[in-house]
Amino acid sequence: MIVQTIAFYVFSAILVASGVMVISARNPVHSVLFLILAFFQAAGLAVLMGAEFLAMILVIVYVGAVAVLFLFVVMMLDINFKELRSGFLQYLPFGALIGLILLVELAVVLGAWVTAPAAPQAAGAPMPPLDQATNTEALGQLLYTHYVYLFQASGIVLLIAMIGAIVLTLRSREGVRKQNVGAQLARRREEVVVIRKVPTGGGV
Amino acid sequence: MAIGLGHYLTVAAILFTLGIFGIFLNRKNVIIILMSVEMMLLAVNLNLIAFSVHLNDLVGQIFAMIILTVAAAEAAIGLAILVVYFRNRGSIRVEDINMMKG
Repeated sequence: MIVQTIAFYVFSAILVASGVMVISARNPVHSVLFLILAFFQAAGLAVLMGAEFLAMILVIVYVGAVAVLFLFVVMMLDINFKELRSGFLQYLPFGALIGLILLVELAVVLGAWVTAPAAPQAAGAPMPPLDQATNTEALGQLLYTHYVYLFQASGIVLLIAMIGAIVLTLRSREGVRKQNVGAQLARRREEVVVIRKVPTGGGV
Repeated sequence: MAIGLGHYLTVAAILFTLGIFGIFLNRKNVIIILMSVEMMLLAVNLNLIAFSVHLNDLVGQIFAMIILTVAAAEAAIGLAILVVYFRNRGSIRVEDINMMKG
């Protein structure tokens, strides 16, 4: 139990610290790297809670896909980040006020919160005990039976996002020298080779 | 002291607030704003997982997976729009995006 407590505090301390660094780092590349650190800590918290499959998916999807996408965009675009940071301190008081209000509201919600006695019995899909099925197995058995339409729908969401991203960023540029296989294969000897009689000492 | 639901909810609440704070703090930088949105979605996911474990109900983890999917799609589309916008304007200042209004 003590190990669990220590792990929780370490994970959440690093999570909050890296969250602060994400929004306050000078260099956006550092922001992305701190975001990756935050995702790893969140995965650690998920493992601690006993949701191993989601923890691994968190690492694969967020770190492997989303964060790398951010890194690509930050590094590929030639942006003057100095200029974008101006007004940082100007927005600080207002942002701090809004954040404080939200935090107080969330604290009020957390303070006055109780579990309804009927809630544990109302579970839509009770978790099987660990000796019967692991977390991954139980999730799979639920996802591919009761939630198969939701699963398919999320696949369609991803497909549309992929097509949309490709359509948005695809462009046909002028002056690009591409290989034209058809033109290459259609070349004939008569069109391209000329035999000339070269007089001695004259050159072509 | 055992770690219960309240602890996880507190961490998620702090992370969510940090996301909101980040949006206000980096008003000019769309990339940081998108990262803040990702952080808020992460906090929501943590909440869902915590409640799922607390109530012994697997459906919460299914929801978290769907949110993960939508978050990935949102990041891809958002960054694609950002790249197109940068190509057309040469900057990503949030104030300039007003000109997209009709």
